[in-house]
Amino acid sequence: MVAGLLLGGFYAAVSLGVSLIFGLLDIANIAQPAFVILGSYAAYVMNSSFGLDPILTGLLFTPVFYFLGAVVYRLYYGSFERRGDESLRGLVFFFGVLFIIEVSLSLKYGVDYRLVDAAYIGKSIDLGGVGIAFRLLVPCLVGLAMTLALHLFLSRTFYGRAVMAVSQDRLALRLMGADPVQIKTIAFGVGIAAASLAGALLITIAPVVPSTDRDYIGRMFAITVLGGMGSVAGTLVAAVILGVAESLMATFFGPSWSLAVSFGILLVVLAVRPAGLFGR
Amino acid sequence: MMARPARALLVGLAVVGAGIVVAALRVNQYVYFAGYVVLQYVVIATAWNILGGYAGYVNFGTPAFFALGAYTAVFLIQSTRAPLPVLILAGGLVSALLGLGIGYLTLRLRGVFFSIATLALSIVLQTMIINWEYVGGSRGLSVIRPSGPPFGSYVTFLFTVMVLLSVVAVTVARFIERSWIGRGLAALRDNEEAAECMGVPTLRLKLFATTVSGFLLGVAGAPFPYYVTFVEPNSAFNLDYAVNALAMPMIGGTTSWVGPVIGAVLLGTAQQLATVTISSEMNLFIVGVVLVAFVVLAPEGILGLVRRLRGR
Amino acid sequence: MAGTLLEVDGLTKRFGGFTALHRVSLSVRAGERFGLIGPNGSGKTTLINCVSGALAADGGRILFEGRDITTLAAHRRTRLGIVRSFQIPKPFTSMTVRENLGIPLEYAAHARSQAGDADAEAAEILRTIGLEAKAHLRPAELTQIEMRKLELARAMAARPTLLISDEAMAGLSSVEVDDILALLFRLNERGITIVMIEHIMRAVMRFSERVVVLDAGERIAEGTPAEIVRNPAVEKAYLGE
Repeated sequence: MVAGLLLGGFYAAVSLGVSLIFGLLDIANIAQPAFVILGSYAAYVMNSSFGLDPILTGLLFTPVFYFLGAVVYRLYYGSFERRGDESLRGLVFFFGVLFIIEVSLSLKYGVDYRLVDAAYIGKSIDLGGVGIAFRLLVPCLVGLAMTLALHLFLSRTFYGRAVMAVSQDRLALRLMGADPVQIKTIAFGVGIAAASLAGALLITIAPVVPSTDRDYIGRMFAITVLGGMGSVAGTLVAAVILGVAESLMATFFGPSWSLAVSFGILLVVLAVRPAGLFGR
Repeated sequence: MMARPARALLVGLAVVGAGIVVAALRVNQYVYFAGYVVLQYVVIATAWNILGGYAGYVNFGTPAFFALGAYTAVFLIQSTRAPLPVLILAGGLVSALLGLGIGYLTLRLRGVFFSIATLALSIVLQTMIINWEYVGGSRGLSVIRPSGPPFGSYVTFLFTVMVLLSVVAVTVARFIERSWIGRGLAALRDNEEAAECMGVPTLRLKLFATTVSGFLLGVAGAPFPYYVTFVEPNSAFNLDYAVNALAMPMIGGTTSWVGPVIGAVLLGTAQQLATVTISSEMNLFIVGVVLVAFVVLAPEGILGLVRRLRGR
Repeated sequence: MAGTLLEVDGLTKRFGGFTALHRVSLSVRAGERFGLIGPNGSGKTTLINCVSGALAADGGRILFEGRDITTLAAHRRTRLGIVRSFQIPKPFTSMTVRENLGIPLEYAAHARSQAGDADAEAAEILRTIGLEAKAHLRPAELTQIEMRKLELARAMAARPTLLISDEAMAGLSSVEVDDILALLFRLNERGITIVMIEHIMRAVMRFSERVVVLDAGERIAEGTPAEIVRNPAVEKAYLGE
């Protein structure tokens, strides 16, 4: 149960990118999990070659990922969004990107499980009789910090508020004097940058293989939809709900069914209340 | 008005006839093995395109539908030793139901939610199959081919069956494309809101396309157990199916039944030729790159390029 | 009420916390030329979306030819005869102009059985609207006003009893506005009831027999064009205090 809560904090970190890109910008970036895994492998390489702490790697690589995100968005925009062709081809484009990233990692690093080693992994702390592993606690805390940071970004900074404006009304944005494409590029870049850190957290919690990204597709979108498109607070709440639900499922039915939980939640939310908990 | 359908029927029969001749020729067995896979992809690509190309709804969960057809067959083989036609029909029907179910749950919403649901579908279904011991679970199951195929070896027989199934799939796609249903699907693909306001029953047409697409995917999967003789989830749910089902219609062209056939034959043959020289991961990588290249640079596929060259 | 074609009764529509329409009522008589005006954001398009079935209302009823259609699917309403055109044209981009008409002809007007009749009907519509020379072009090759005309042509092909024209004239030149207006008058002469939503005042006032004014989701005035122009509440809504 506690593990579920902690997992929730981590899941929030992982889903922030989707919440931003799909929730606010309405771009169905299904390649997000691949970027997260890319972040995991970056952390792995830095950790195994230089002994660098994974979270540090995640932070260091955020500018790289940001740039990558900006490039991907520009490609997407030029090829699809501008032509009004988003739906079918945009989706296929992102799937292609997901695929290429995953297979490239397979080619480069093979299908063995990779993990990282850091000072706090393997240690745990005892709180009121319950043992809490650091390797779960730290990602959870970082996840909460990331959520808070994104919230502040969106509500307090100029560019953040511009992103919120873009999600609601492009015309208003134009009148504000900002260029919607530039704002979207920034937002997309931030979303991918978040993947860098999320990936580092992921590999801290558990070993990864290139196909791990597929486990997270369902989770990310289930959380974003459940939380409500474009609501950062909703993402956090939904992430915790999913974390707890998966833990309970794993306890009673075994771990292999945990993926079915997110899928089930996704279908139920779509059927019953597509706007999600905090959605507009 | 009778000339057209009759002519199409003749063409279809001719293709099947050609397939039987090829089978009877007893060339190198490998030709039939590889040919089966390419033809299987003709069915898969055509099936995917009925929903993806005609209606504009992207299904990322092709492995789920294909594997469901395969595992329905496994189930029936284990329990009743049913003959192949029954397996094919049953596999098709079960996958059709899956399509209808997912469609019913998500097609009232925006297309992207349908796609996301299909994305997660394969993984969930694979989990379920892995936990189902009767059909082999994660270890897999050996399937014994029935004795005495009508002619030739069992592989050549399966090859011919696939020829027939390809013709059926393409005929169905062509029929839909040219009918009022196809025109309605095109309208809803171009602009769903406008189509609905022009009297097109969009939800019903979408459900129809999803169901037919699912049916054909299941049909493609049903002979699979007899083809591989050892069925295990990793091969039935192989990612190859997901990406090829997208890439083949995209490369060939999505607006007509011809596109998926071109894509399947070209890409399928290339992959069969390449399996001996490059690793399967490299193969997937190349397909992924080609897919993205086509989507970005030549969204209308080969058909579109040909059209543009002809100056239409 | 005899002769009432469309009746909207207490229609309410909310988007989250925002009330777009609050208990709006109006009725349109058969054969009438009806105008619907109001400042930006007053709920005109939302009302049209609810009437056409694109949106589901949160409260109230909609009756067409005496029949309650409040929960009827949009495509069925079109088949009953309620046809709307879109503010921003939404043509079927992969089809030619002629094929664009084919969809409503086939699906809404039930011309499915006789291909010959459909061709004749499509040709007649294209001639009326002035697009027959462009029948084999794709929407991407049309000018702005031609796209607007296609939008109306498509609506005509659906054989409307009630045609709702949503800002068909926005951004057009004076001559083009007159063009569209003449077309709408002609359609009305054939017996089609027309509801016009417009911002171009001279068009609405010249065209309409009766006008209803919306502001902030509520109906604030109704009357002949002359009455509306003199109405102080209307002036306030458009110009502010």
